[in-house]
Amino acid sequence: MKSGSNLEKVLTAGHFAVTAELGPPTGVDLELVHKKAELLRGAVDAVNVTDNQTAVVRMSSVSVSAILVQMGIEPVMQMVCRDRNRIAMQSDIFGAVGLGIRNLTCLTGDHQAFGNQQGAKKVFDIDSVQLIATVKRMRDERKILGSDEEIAGNVPMFIGAAANPFAKPYEFRALRLGKKVEAGADYVQTQCVFDVPMFAEWMKAVRDLGLHTRCKILAGITPLKSAGMTRYMAENVPGIIIPPAIVKRMSDAPKGKGAETGLAICAEIIEQLRAIEGVAGIHIMAIEWEQKVREIVETARLLPRPSV
Amino acid sequence: MVKATRKPLEEIFAMVKGYPRVLLVGCGGCTSVCLAGGQRETLELADELEQAARAAKVPHHYSCLTVERQCNLEFLDDAAESAKDCDAILSLACGAGAGYLADVYPATPVFPALNTVFVGVDKDVGLYEERCRSCGTCALGDTGGICPVTRCSKGVLNGPCGGTQEDGSCELGDGIHCAWHDIYDRLKGQGRLKEILVVRPPMDWVEHGPRSLVQRGYEARYAKKPAEGEDR
Repeated sequence: MKSGSNLEKVLTAGHFAVTAELGPPTGVDLELVHKKAELLRGAVDAVNVTDNQTAVVRMSSVSVSAILVQMGIEPVMQMVCRDRNRIAMQSDIFGAVGLGIRNLTCLTGDHQAFGNQQGAKKVFDIDSVQLIATVKRMRDERKILGSDEEIAGNVPMFIGAAANPFAKPYEFRALRLGKKVEAGADYVQTQCVFDVPMFAEWMKAVRDLGLHTRCKILAGITPLKSAGMTRYMAENVPGIIIPPAIVKRMSDAPKGKGAETGLAICAEIIEQLRAIEGVAGIHIMAIEWEQKVREIVETARLLPRPSV
Repeated sequence: MVKATRKPLEEIFAMVKGYPRVLLVGCGGCTSVCLAGGQRETLELADELEQAARAAKVPHHYSCLTVERQCNLEFLDDAAESAKDCDAILSLACGAGAGYLADVYPATPVFPALNTVFVGVDKDVGLYEERCRSCGTCALGDTGGICPVTRCSKGVLNGPCGGTQEDGSCELGDGIHCAWHDIYDRLKGQGRLKEILVVRPPMDWVEHGPRSLVQRGYEARYAKKPAEGEDR
């Protein structure tokens, strides 16, 4: 075991893993954190805590992850490269270990131009691939960047990455995942999948490179709430592809049946993803819709979650 | 070359209106090339300030001088005579030139008339694009001549990130090309794709205070001389 996290155990035992996302509050509403966390308790193997997603200031991922640890729910702490240099990042990783956090997903981060601090100075001192390599070095060699001195104690982190099969240049995406695996990624959580044939094609490239045997691949899932949200995501969110057939199905849904249709599509996608060789689990990103996660997992007949 | 753009007239006027005699110093180097701070722009600015000062009914006298380059001491000496008779200097050079001018005339307030924007290329007359961040560790050899530090909105060194759009543009849109998409295309075209399959390690940003450079061949000339009494 590299980290001994529940997520690592579930994946190592060969179970089909389920993770879900929890967005921290844009303030100090701890009640909201507890409420969202309780919705996910027992429904998933670990809970991703986003790091100021879309560059909007929120409660920090390390602190919300620590709150989850206190609640007995396993967090996957997300860390983006946008806001901190290598000193702060390595320091926060030490801190995360001290707080009982055992999974870390390393991300580039959305550009600050999308958020509510547009005049901020971007950092990007190291990038996501370099961050993965940094955590691996800390864990496996017990060394920080640029120093051969051994650090005191262990850094038992299960190292994660993101991958987007739906962003150009498509033929480079599996190769880029290869770089992340080479750098040390133990698992990867992908961008949300709506175009299953396209995802399957990417998975084939991933298998051809043998990456699925070295890194656990969790396919991203986002339940669609309404026709409006579907159109918005299809047209405005970079790196997300929603096939016209799904947009049409959501648009054609009778009034008041949008959410139901979205959940039905979600269940079908999960079913299809499970049939793809090399898919080790799903990662549910129910944007401000955490109350539906349990239902999604249940419908997919993935409850109860394994105890390992 | 360095690209700059003039500050709004109101901002410039606010800086100099308290000084009756202002010397405008243009630069014949980069800011002249990018049409922001050469002789013509210096005279134009003096005209506009003149009108602003008249409207504001403040005492004023604007004189103009354009030196060959403000980033060189020898050329800054050309301003010595004129600088004696002014209460303030307005520089139309880049930040480096304006700062050097301020160093050379430390008793006189020096104000910048331009905002220095980037090191870039001329796409057309009056149209410039950033191409270099002067990071000190040039990666162009590995990235097909396309700078990831400058042209990638996130400066990603092992790109592309997940935000590349359908048409190959950056997640920021606005007509910005994804640098890594371009790097991929170019290296693929040259049969060099494998060069970006290796993980590029973290950069040494060499952010150790203001940088200085001793050109090859000049090391002896600028070698630190031992202080008096120090062991040789």
